[in-house]
Amino acid sequence: MLFQPINKNYHDYRIERDKDLCINCKVCIRQCAYEAHFWDEARQKVRHDNTKCVGCHRCEALCPTGALCIRLNESEFRPNACWRPIFMKNIYKQADTGGVLLAGMGSPVDIPVYWDNLLLDASQVTNPSIDPLREPMELKTFLGSKPDRVEFAAPAKGKKGKPKLTTKLAPQIELNYPIMFSAMSFGSINFNLHVAMARAATELGICYNTGEGGLHKSLYKYGKNTIVQVASGRFGVHAEYLNAGAGIEIKIGQGAKPGIGGHLPGEKINEKVSETRMIPVGSDAISPAPHHDIYSIEDLHQLIFALKEASRYRVPVSVKIAAVHNVAAIASGIVRAGADIVAIDGMRGGTGAAPAMIRDNVGIPIELAIAAVDQRLRDEGIRNRASIIAAGGTRCSADVVKAIALGADACYIGTAALLAVGCTLCGKCYTGKCPWGIATNDSKLSKRQNPDIAARKMANLIRAWGHEIEEMLGGMGLNSIESLRGNRDKLRAVGLSSTEMDILGVKHAGR
Amino acid sequence: MKAPERYYDFQKDISGCGIFGVIHKKKGLIKGEIPIKAMACMHDRGNGLGGGFAAYGIYPDHADKYAFHLMCDDQAGLDAAEEVLKRYFTIHASEPIPTRRVLSVKNPPVVWRFFLSVKREKPQDLREVFDEKDYVVSVVMKINTGVPGAFVFSSGKNMGAFKGVGFPEDMAEFYRLDEYSAYIWTGHNRFPTNTPGWWGGAHPFTLLDWSIVHNGEISSYGINRRFLCEHSYICTLMTDTEVVAYLLDLLIRKHGLSKDLAAKVFAPPFWDEIARMSDEDKELYTTLRAVYGPAMLNGPFAILVADNTGLMGLNDRIKLRPLLVAEKDDMVFMSSEESAVRLVCPKLDSVWMPKAGEPVIVNLEA
Repeated sequence: MLFQPINKNYHDYRIERDKDLCINCKVCIRQCAYEAHFWDEARQKVRHDNTKCVGCHRCEALCPTGALCIRLNESEFRPNACWRPIFMKNIYKQADTGGVLLAGMGSPVDIPVYWDNLLLDASQVTNPSIDPLREPMELKTFLGSKPDRVEFAAPAKGKKGKPKLTTKLAPQIELNYPIMFSAMSFGSINFNLHVAMARAATELGICYNTGEGGLHKSLYKYGKNTIVQVASGRFGVHAEYLNAGAGIEIKIGQGAKPGIGGHLPGEKINEKVSETRMIPVGSDAISPAPHHDIYSIEDLHQLIFALKEASRYRVPVSVKIAAVHNVAAIASGIVRAGADIVAIDGMRGGTGAAPAMIRDNVGIPIELAIAAVDQRLRDEGIRNRASIIAAGGTRCSADVVKAIALGADACYIGTAALLAVGCTLCGKCYTGKCPWGIATNDSKLSKRQNPDIAARKMANLIRAWGHEIEEMLGGMGLNSIESLRGNRDKLRAVGLSSTEMDILGVKHAGR
Repeated sequence: MKAPERYYDFQKDISGCGIFGVIHKKKGLIKGEIPIKAMACMHDRGNGLGGGFAAYGIYPDHADKYAFHLMCDDQAGLDAAEEVLKRYFTIHASEPIPTRRVLSVKNPPVVWRFFLSVKREKPQDLREVFDEKDYVVSVVMKINTGVPGAFVFSSGKNMGAFKGVGFPEDMAEFYRLDEYSAYIWTGHNRFPTNTPGWWGGAHPFTLLDWSIVHNGEISSYGINRRFLCEHSYICTLMTDTEVVAYLLDLLIRKHGLSKDLAAKVFAPPFWDEIARMSDEDKELYTTLRAVYGPAMLNGPFAILVADNTGLMGLNDRIKLRPLLVAEKDDMVFMSSEESAVRLVCPKLDSVWMPKAGEPVIVNLEA
């Protein structure tokens, strides 16, 4: 097919259509947002263009006769350990366009997933394991600053009675599960999913994070279960917004794209997004790389307190950063600057759009970052002053348990929540054409997400994970999540170097 | 404080146990044979790798002095430890702890006791430690971590711990405990599963006046020790009980919590119980749990905690280890098994099993 541009020759997927099963019903044509399927008038049948397929599997899932199968294109280049196909294809693309390579969702590159090298403990004989179906099992988690100690006033002289509590706890976010829905802005994902997250979070007694796109006014009623985000673009930020939620989060960075800003293309800015973000319909929403009022840690200190003032010290303020090389020192500075929560987003964290080079090469894995931050804050005696949230690449409840054992208070999940509503990780979120109706504001596509069903699925996921976490806790002989938090004795490493184990603060299995 | 290098790389001892405690509320003296017989009755709860007793009120002649009990590998260890003690304390009396030779007790260490008071002129390195108890703890730590072959296993006033490798009745024989009388006794029989016997690893575990005997495994140990490290307590003894002692010191002595509230930190009420409390209690327990979550003792345990004011018994909050309380006149018994109590006091006024997580606190009168 020499008449095609070179990048079209080496497409990623092949659509297999079983001719006997296909009834030419055109469902695939209607479902594919990338127009990979089309009606061939001359042949009077449905045909497809493999080069347009992004591998989202929407057509396959909805084909009524099961005639479709999406496969990787088997066409192979001469093997070359250095010049792997991804690099070659990227060069073909850039030679055509002269543009930056865009990517969606978390990085697929083969860096170690430390979760897979960490194993959990269980009780045998010397202490009984606890059955969560018979005994209480507590996952309740409070996020926010805790004082160094609890103080009491002794009862007045000569009077009997209990000492009276004088410590007033700083504002906390109370969670029934140590899991929250991560920041995914309204705009990057559509309104139906924001409704779903808000409802699921409310039903579960957890929080979801608005992301940087503001909060649509119809969702203010879910405020108790909402964390409102303030990012460098300050989209949709106003006094009422800051007071709408249970917490405020300053977004400094994101694991998928540390050090750079964001860009929501104008095509995604419809009426609703426009009014929520407070920008004109169709205009690009560009978040600068830094906050232009935060060029140093003392500036962050000012913003934290500006937001605390604006919210009358009623809610904790979180600061979210990407996991980068000096994350421990940075986190320490953030806590000292007055943050009540530090959210750390590892390099496998998802995104709606990021330059591929940044996503795949910048940052560090969340496991190492959490371990380093937790230890640093303890070494400095300030761990109690802030809660730690781990984000980026939490795939299952065991990952949550391991993150908490390393020292996190809770986990943010983004990708997992989207998978719960049908995402297949095709990674083309930045096109705005998500055939699953997730990362799109196209009304035809976004209506594929029914908020009621999506809320149910998200809530189911967290409940399922909750049950599994209870089982794992009980197996370890614990009946409360706070006894797992930072309890690295419950972890052992397999196949890690002594440096890695030293950073993670865990022993090797067998010891 | 900053965690020492490779602080995560520790071995911890796992053990099952039998415990017994008795207190005379009016400070009437209880003969040593009572706890000894009771512990011997629970012989099968141990395996001969650890036994011990703590006794309160045994040094009335030196009641205002810190009674240091040391165990040393040899004379050189004792000499080195004595050098340290001389630097920080005035030594009022120094003598071997009286012992008997017992066939089943192999290779006992040199055991010695000192009666000490803090020097008026403190040496340079601890001059800034104003609190006397902090000062004493610092010196204990100095010896236990810095003097090879010497170990301070008791450091309170008018009390002492007596422990080692062997069944409790062997230890009692060895230390001639039948010759002592005390108003509080606790005893411990140990069933370790993984450590070679070390005399210092036996219970009771003590710090200042606190002594603790403990039956259980603390599954939250990993976080408890990291929390303690943040508060400058370094756990070195490879035993769960160490964290209990340090946590008591932190919560009660340093943070000023009552015994009752410290017990509620160790075994807090469940969230659904808290939800049903009055607003005042709700706030109290929510605050306690939020702040002292890392100090919660999770896992099966029954502990007896004694000090110069009384005796406390506490179970974990789902009662995974046995603990029984019995009363007879002014005496209160706490024990793993009722048989042990019945053996030494067949007629009891009352006997009950305390509820999970509910502390039983008996204070000495006046």
